[in-house]
Amino acid sequence: MNAIILSAVWGIVMMYAGVFLKQQSTLKYIAIAGTVLLIVANWLEFAGILYIPIDTKGLSANSTFGLLFNTIALVSTLFYFLLSGSEIEKINHYTAEYFALIFFILSGVAIIAAFQNLLMLFIGIEIISIPLYILAGSDKRNLKSNEASLKYFLMGAFSTGLMLMGIAFLYGATGTFFIAGLNAGLGEPTVLMMLGMVLLMISMSFKASAAPFHFWTPDVYDGTPTVFTSFMATIVKSAVFIAFFRLFDGAFGKFHPQWQLLVAIITALTLIIGNVTAVFQQSVKRMLSYSSIAQAGFMMLSLFALNNTAKEGLLLYVSAYSLATIGIFAVLVKMKDYSFEGFNGLAKQEPLVALALCIFLLSLAGIPLTAGFFSKYFLLAAAIKAKTMFWLIIVAVVCAAISVTYYFRVIQAMYFKESDLPALMPVKNGFKAMLVITAVVILIIGIKPSLLLSLLSL
Amino acid sequence: MLAAFDNFPALLIWFPLIGGLVAFFIKDDHKVKSWALISSFLTMMLMCVSMVFSGNNYYQLNSVSYIWLPELGSSFALMLDGMGRLLCLLTAIAFPLIFIATSSNKFVHASKFYGLMLLTQCGLMGVFLAMDALVFYFFWELALIPVYFLASFWGGEKRMQAAFKFFIYTFAGSLFLLIGILYIYLKMPEPSFSLVSFYKSTISLAEQRCLFWLFFVAFAIKMPIFPFHTWQPDAYEQSATPITMVLSGIMVKMGVLALLRWLIPVFPDVIKEYSPIVIGLSVFGMLYASFIAIAQDDLKRLVAYSSIAHISLMCAAIFALNESGLQGVMIQMFNHGINIIGMWIVIFLIEKQTGIRKIAQLSGLALKAPVLAILFVVIAFANIALPLTNAFVGEFLMFRGLYQYNVWVAACAGVSIILAAVYTLNMVKNVFYGVPNELTNTFKDINLSESLVLCVIVAIILFAGVYPSPLLGMVQSSTNVILNQFVGK
Repeated sequence: MNAIILSAVWGIVMMYAGVFLKQQSTLKYIAIAGTVLLIVANWLEFAGILYIPIDTKGLSANSTFGLLFNTIALVSTLFYFLLSGSEIEKINHYTAEYFALIFFILSGVAIIAAFQNLLMLFIGIEIISIPLYILAGSDKRNLKSNEASLKYFLMGAFSTGLMLMGIAFLYGATGTFFIAGLNAGLGEPTVLMMLGMVLLMISMSFKASAAPFHFWTPDVYDGTPTVFTSFMATIVKSAVFIAFFRLFDGAFGKFHPQWQLLVAIITALTLIIGNVTAVFQQSVKRMLSYSSIAQAGFMMLSLFALNNTAKEGLLLYVSAYSLATIGIFAVLVKMKDYSFEGFNGLAKQEPLVALALCIFLLSLAGIPLTAGFFSKYFLLAAAIKAKTMFWLIIVAVVCAAISVTYYFRVIQAMYFKESDLPALMPVKNGFKAMLVITAVVILIIGIKPSLLLSLLSL
Repeated sequence: MLAAFDNFPALLIWFPLIGGLVAFFIKDDHKVKSWALISSFLTMMLMCVSMVFSGNNYYQLNSVSYIWLPELGSSFALMLDGMGRLLCLLTAIAFPLIFIATSSNKFVHASKFYGLMLLTQCGLMGVFLAMDALVFYFFWELALIPVYFLASFWGGEKRMQAAFKFFIYTFAGSLFLLIGILYIYLKMPEPSFSLVSFYKSTISLAEQRCLFWLFFVAFAIKMPIFPFHTWQPDAYEQSATPITMVLSGIMVKMGVLALLRWLIPVFPDVIKEYSPIVIGLSVFGMLYASFIAIAQDDLKRLVAYSSIAHISLMCAAIFALNESGLQGVMIQMFNHGINIIGMWIVIFLIEKQTGIRKIAQLSGLALKAPVLAILFVVIAFANIALPLTNAFVGEFLMFRGLYQYNVWVAACAGVSIILAAVYTLNMVKNVFYGVPNELTNTFKDINLSESLVLCVIVAIILFAGVYPSPLLGMVQSSTNVILNQFVGK
């Protein structure tokens, strides 16, 4: 609850700050301060301290899982602000509004990490989506950004419609909006209930960009200003997955065998389409959007398995994925050329940036010593534990091997190809230090994942 | 906790790791060269000291285990057992030899080169020492990363593609391995990745049948065994020679050791069932690689194919699954490493002076460089496994093992010895004998440090050829461990 209220309040604070502050660059520091406060508030809730006790009538309740995810999302946002906060100022002069929108999104993230009721889920998803439509179109003079915004809006509206319909069906079948009630309510699955569940699955797959509902993703991610793509592809996507997992674990866990095959097919499709298409991209930004689809495929494994290992794995996965992707996007924003050739010779010109980028890419590829390895490890272990459909694991592994091809293309360009032109716009030392810190965090999680996971048992 | 690090296995990993990390920060080319040499010498000294303290009485000094991931049941367990010790010895000896032999060469970005080389040494040591499946997997992958960077940064024109092919092959293989390890791990009564619990695991026959192939493919790619060998000639040819030495001399042994330690004893019930297939593939690969080697005109490719043949023989002998075969494989892992590094050093020296590797264009080197010629002929004899050389002992034992398994298999495999003699002696004849041509007319004999390195290699070849029993004694315990798994099966 702490995070939901504080982030909504802080969004308003940001808007007023924009009115009263003359200097645009101070806004970034207010946002960073807000994020730190949010992290503290969230930790207080961990410790059982609520500053405003509110009776939600069971509509939302925080679990360790949800709170831990909140922490991960907030820490990722902190890294995001520290790395790319100054880029937001460069888009146009509505900086304060953009920061405010991001805080509203965080409020939505906190809601869907805690929802216990389908209506709360719907509200959370909408609170996340509407600011994103604006952020996607923030580069007003750019046609691509407009296209991205419109496409995202239409697709989002469509999937929201499906979701509402699904919720309505479920209400018709069971007479309740509460996920606990849904799970307990029915003994035998009825047609109405199954229909509602499938509609919910489709709409969540839309939001999580799982195949075959992923078609909007590359265009939207490509058209959106890069600094906001970074936020969409990491924190928002992770939040949607947490909601996806909590919804199906909580409400439909009983019918898991019935919908497991459906999830398995979606997972396999997402993995194959995401990975294979990413290989053929010429722009790193587009490659990253397909890679985000591919990574979503791996996260879908947690839904397929639906056990405790999957839960741990999903948390580890979203933190590893978010941190690495935020780091890569932070560098990408500062690149002069978004194609693979644009990275040529980066290692010679900026060895530290290249080293950090290399660690991020290795983490996404899942090489040991990086956080990416253990996140893949846990999800694979969870899928093996499920004891059915072994073919899906083979598909996942083959796809993980394919993913190396496109991640390593960037490494090859940076380290083994030469270029006389500077690849990067001038960067400050603070930015480099921040990148290195992010890389070190990834390495620490990669060596000792227990540091993160032991929090789950608190 | 520090107390856990002051014994040999842990130090064998720490020495090259710290040496490598320090090397990155030494900017001066000369200093980093000396630093790498000193660091690798220290590792070698440490290894030699550890040989004195081997045996059951020194268990404390030769094994380490501290809890790494308690909730997963994985501990950082390392041990210097028989064959692991032999391979660590090979690794420890090989790196200083490689550094001295190539010291006349100037590598661009020397600090990165030597740093990555030492990190590779660290990774290799880890693979040979690991007694915990997760630790093993960690090092298995980690050894690959510095080698990938080495092979793509220094070498021939197509090095990037070759290194990438190598990386993709091994990475895909190791992911299959990861699934296999996870599957066994999840079958355990209580979570544990330790080698001992893997040996005790009760996996049903049907599961063993699937898991066997998951593990085997990963290891077969690394060795490489036909039909997974296609990355190997390209990678060997395109990488700079010091890297090829590491790849072919030591890194392929990762696959052989993994077969011996992590595959054969873990799936004892299905080995007999699949041994005809694997031995068939290996023997076919041997003959196939030998025939291709005869047709090669490039020195590096010739040695690359000859290496496939030798490794295939090891794989076949492993699956023959008897005492003499296993002993032969274990000491041959060491011998093959020494011999092939010797071959590469000679090729490196030839290429350094003449700039070419084409057998047809080289001629008459023996007249110009008699010392090199003498030393090389001994190494070439070892490559054919002539008596009195180290390879003879190993190959003899392996053929005896194969003969006990099946006479016809041994006969087919035996053909490859003749073929090895054909291509090796042909090469010696063309490159070293005859009249020097305009390319080789200016060839000078090797200098003191180079001849010293080759002398050391020749000395090891002859010593291990005449008096192999120390090596055999070292691996006896490992052979027993493997065969014990098959008692009553």
